[in-house]
Amino acid sequence: METTKLPPSSPSSPTTSFSVPSAEKVDGFPRRSMRRARQRRSHSSSQFRYQSSQVELTPLPLLKDAPVAELHDLFCKKLQQCCVLFDFLDCVADLKGKEIKRAALNELVESVATSRGVLIEPLYPEAIKMISVNIFRTLPPSENPEFDPEEDEPTLEASWPHLQLVYEFFLRFLESPDFQPSMAKRYVDQKFVLQLLELFDSEDPREREYLKTILHRVYGKLLGLRAYIRKQINNIFLRFIYETEHFNGVAELLEILGSIINGFALPLKAEHKQFLVRVLIPLHTAKSLSIFHAQLAYCVVQFMEKDATVTEYIIRGLLKYWPKTCTQKEVMFLGEIEEILDVIEPSQFIRVQEPLFKQIAACISSPHFQVAERALYFWNNEYILSLIEENCQVILPLVFATLYRVSKEHWNQTIVSLIYNVLKTFMEMNSKLFDDLTASYKVEKQNSFHLDIPTNTSEAEDMFPLHELSPETTQPLEELIAIPPQGPGFT
Amino acid sequence: FSRCAAQQRHSVTATVSKMAGADGDDSLYPIAVLIDELRNEDVQLRLNSIKKLSTIALALGVERTRTELLPFLTDTIYDEDEVLLALAEQLGNFTMLVGGPEYVHCLLPPLESLATVEETVVRDKAVESLRKISQEHSPVDLEVHFEPLVKRLASGDWFTSRTSACGLFSVCYPRVSSTVKAEIRQHFRTLCSDDTPMVRRAAASKLGEFAKVLELDYVKSDIISLFTALASDEQDSVRLLAVEACVSIATLLPQEDLETLVMPTLRQAAEDKSWRVRYMVADKFSELQKAVGPEITKNDLVPAFQNLLKDCEAEVRAAAANKVKEFCENLPEDNREQIIMTHILPCVKELVSDTNQHVKSALASVIMGLSTILGKDNTIEHLLPLFLAQLKDECPEVRLNIISNLDCVNEVIGIRQLSQSLLPAIVELAEDAKWRVRLAIIEYMPLLAGQLGVEFFDEKLNTLCMAWLIDHVYAIREAATCNLMKLVEKFGAEWAQNTIVPKVLGMANDPNYLHRMTTLFCINALSEACGQEITTKQMLPVVLKMSNDQVANVRFNVAKSLQKIGPVLDSNALQTEVKPVLEKLATDTDMDVKYFAQEAISVLALA
Repeated sequence: METTKLPPSSPSSPTTSFSVPSAEKVDGFPRRSMRRARQRRSHSSSQFRYQSSQVELTPLPLLKDAPVAELHDLFCKKLQQCCVLFDFLDCVADLKGKEIKRAALNELVESVATSRGVLIEPLYPEAIKMISVNIFRTLPPSENPEFDPEEDEPTLEASWPHLQLVYEFFLRFLESPDFQPSMAKRYVDQKFVLQLLELFDSEDPREREYLKTILHRVYGKLLGLRAYIRKQINNIFLRFIYETEHFNGVAELLEILGSIINGFALPLKAEHKQFLVRVLIPLHTAKSLSIFHAQLAYCVVQFMEKDATVTEYIIRGLLKYWPKTCTQKEVMFLGEIEEILDVIEPSQFIRVQEPLFKQIAACISSPHFQVAERALYFWNNEYILSLIEENCQVILPLVFATLYRVSKEHWNQTIVSLIYNVLKTFMEMNSKLFDDLTASYKVEKQNSFHLDIPTNTSEAEDMFPLHELSPETTQPLEELIAIPPQGPGFT
Repeated sequence: FSRCAAQQRHSVTATVSKMAGADGDDSLYPIAVLIDELRNEDVQLRLNSIKKLSTIALALGVERTRTELLPFLTDTIYDEDEVLLALAEQLGNFTMLVGGPEYVHCLLPPLESLATVEETVVRDKAVESLRKISQEHSPVDLEVHFEPLVKRLASGDWFTSRTSACGLFSVCYPRVSSTVKAEIRQHFRTLCSDDTPMVRRAAASKLGEFAKVLELDYVKSDIISLFTALASDEQDSVRLLAVEACVSIATLLPQEDLETLVMPTLRQAAEDKSWRVRYMVADKFSELQKAVGPEITKNDLVPAFQNLLKDCEAEVRAAAANKVKEFCENLPEDNREQIIMTHILPCVKELVSDTNQHVKSALASVIMGLSTILGKDNTIEHLLPLFLAQLKDECPEVRLNIISNLDCVNEVIGIRQLSQSLLPAIVELAEDAKWRVRLAIIEYMPLLAGQLGVEFFDEKLNTLCMAWLIDHVYAIREAATCNLMKLVEKFGAEWAQNTIVPKVLGMANDPNYLHRMTTLFCINALSEACGQEITTKQMLPVVLKMSNDQVANVRFNVAKSLQKIGPVLDSNALQTEVKPVLEKLATDTDMDVKYFAQEAISVLALA
């Protein structure tokens, strides 16, 4: 058994020799699971091996030396040469071939970036073919099934030395002043775009970065593909939300969407509103929200800035999916709410203030001080403060009891002093209301201490949570009668 | 929610409170509370109330349930997913509560709405309930009420309703008229080529189920074309589901049609460019093999299986390696041996030295099964070297998997053939740094002892078993104790008296109190298997003596041990020897010692 195991140069860079056997086909990309695994030559001949042993690359003349008449022909030959794939897990295999391809790619990149008149129609299919052959492949199984993008090092792409140049070429190709969308659209079609989108699941952040820029250019230049791209991104997100909960490129796709939303025409189409309500808002439920939250919040705010009438959908959506146990996510939600409130229209604010401030009150009473703190910071935001002031009559009664209680009870001194500031602000805003609320709070508190029978069910629940008395768990049904059903519905 | 819904809700609660008030019937109060809670702000309360929906319905009676409660629930669908999930589940069992099968269709509107919500678990539960109540519909109701619902879902705007529809075709198809059947087939066909991959996945996953209820002609005409299309879908997540359907479809078709209708697609799937699809083929290989029959297996599946065993993706190889035994077992008997020897075994040999440990350990868990299929001579000549190689594998899991399957090979060639290599492997695992590995090997000791015989055991393994008793991990000491008991059950009391008991009792004088306690634990485990004589004469004195131990934990374990071995002792020993010691322990200064002594006294009825 041949074991040419080389010492790894970095924890994530693949160095073990590796051969790509049968079903690998044209793809020839790293199999991360195999990295430590395969150390010897495979027994079967694969299309990939077949190809690489068949095609011995020979250096072609330099593009810059070529006479104008032969330039396109040579360019085409170089593109064809770059369709040959190499095995990068075996880092000593075919070094000569790899170097020839690298040099050719470099030349192609430079040529398409700097010289005019290179991109003529017959080169389009060849260029797209070269790109497709190199970048499209089934991504390998994750080496670490519980890959946590926040904690773990991503597995990097072994063939990056070539792949990067291919992506670079693609990007220069799209950005070239000679680029003709009308010619490209015959080759950069729906199937091509779909495969491109699937690559966003790559674990390698460098690859996703290129893909992001490239997709953005494609979206910008090939108008016919726009609706299709949006639809497929939708599908990726829906699958992520409701089926797999795993996709590495959510943040990158959202970043592109951020600028797409920016360009939406007004009034917003039903399709776009649906995207907001059924895709963007549910994305907040994802376990890995922290990885793409910034981009997601940006998209949400973009929508609001486009059309203020979506505000209520957004706020109610966020309240629906408000995290129940994950405080880290709660802090993110609060951050997003602040971003939203920063640009909210006062008329819209009035529509959502009640449920919103009930939730904010709940956050203020969170025993997790970061949650309470994040919520209390809202009072440091001048615009929010002005909204609160305008609607003091509604908001203060909603939060008063919580503020009062938490100011007496919270374990964390910072929270207590922040609350004092908030109470002080309210007092200055409307001292009459403040005094009334203080008085009635004290009366209520006294009542609940002195009276055995609470005055209404909601208060009764505070003292004796009904669900703890529910017949299923402990008590027989009859005992529930002890608490007269006097909720609002019975009046 | 709408104003109308609010009114509706109002009327239900009002009715109940009125009923409760007017009739002076107190038993309706709790129902009023439950209904009131259905719209409480607290999710938990709503949830509790929904879970008691049958109580509410029972109290309201079938008519009110139909006319008031169900419309009210239909409007509740704005609620939290958790509440909706509970509701979807409840409604599946509501047939009797709405008045029996005659009225079961009343349940369709709320379930239809639930089948369209975003959250997958809610939708799935709604579909499950719909499938359940579909059986309770009369054929007429099925056509009048149920089938239109399926159609509505199938042509819904949003993918969720179409996804749900996929699961409902097969339950109504068998019981409707041929015109409606044609419509259902058309709808299914449409969903198989749906625009969104989510719906295509749902359709692909129900393809096999749907094929089973279709007439054979339609299987050939409709299902095959859908199957072929889904199996070459642009998304691998759809293609791999077609592999699952392949099993059902192949089972339905007559042998002569398989080659033309199924095999081209299956061959293509086995060589799919996506490893996920190949993995699925490997994972379903045994089912596929049974479904296509022996001839196709010989001609097609054998080479396909070889390729999967040599796949470039470790995941695929591991899945295929897991199927090696089953695949070989199910090969046609006439030339099974020849196929295995010339086609499968060479691949298996390669896998033994595979570089991925999951592949090796998957293989190790089944490879021993080949010996029964290949018989004694082949096993010795071809398989034995592989077993031996795996017993020396660097990965403990591989070795463990071999050892845990020794019984198969024992039947064919006897374990002795292996014992030379077995021993070092066992010793190494027994001393592995990971306690879970040590634990695993201990669990195989009784089996090994049985197969290797008492002599070999005494000579080679006994020391190991005793060494585990003083392992520094409690779980290992505990397992070692249990292991001794099983060994005594196998080899008998006499063997125990000569080999184990003296060593166990010797530990009673160990300076480490944990080891002294192990003596007590061993006695607990062994007394019954060793019988009264050994227990009374050898073990009891040691236990009694330990009642003076300095460490309270030892003393209260003495009390526990006495309680445990009490039933094995005769009443004389109990009264004269055990009772005084327990009484003394019952006055111990340590409260735990007291407690356990008193417990032992009362359990043994010595008071």
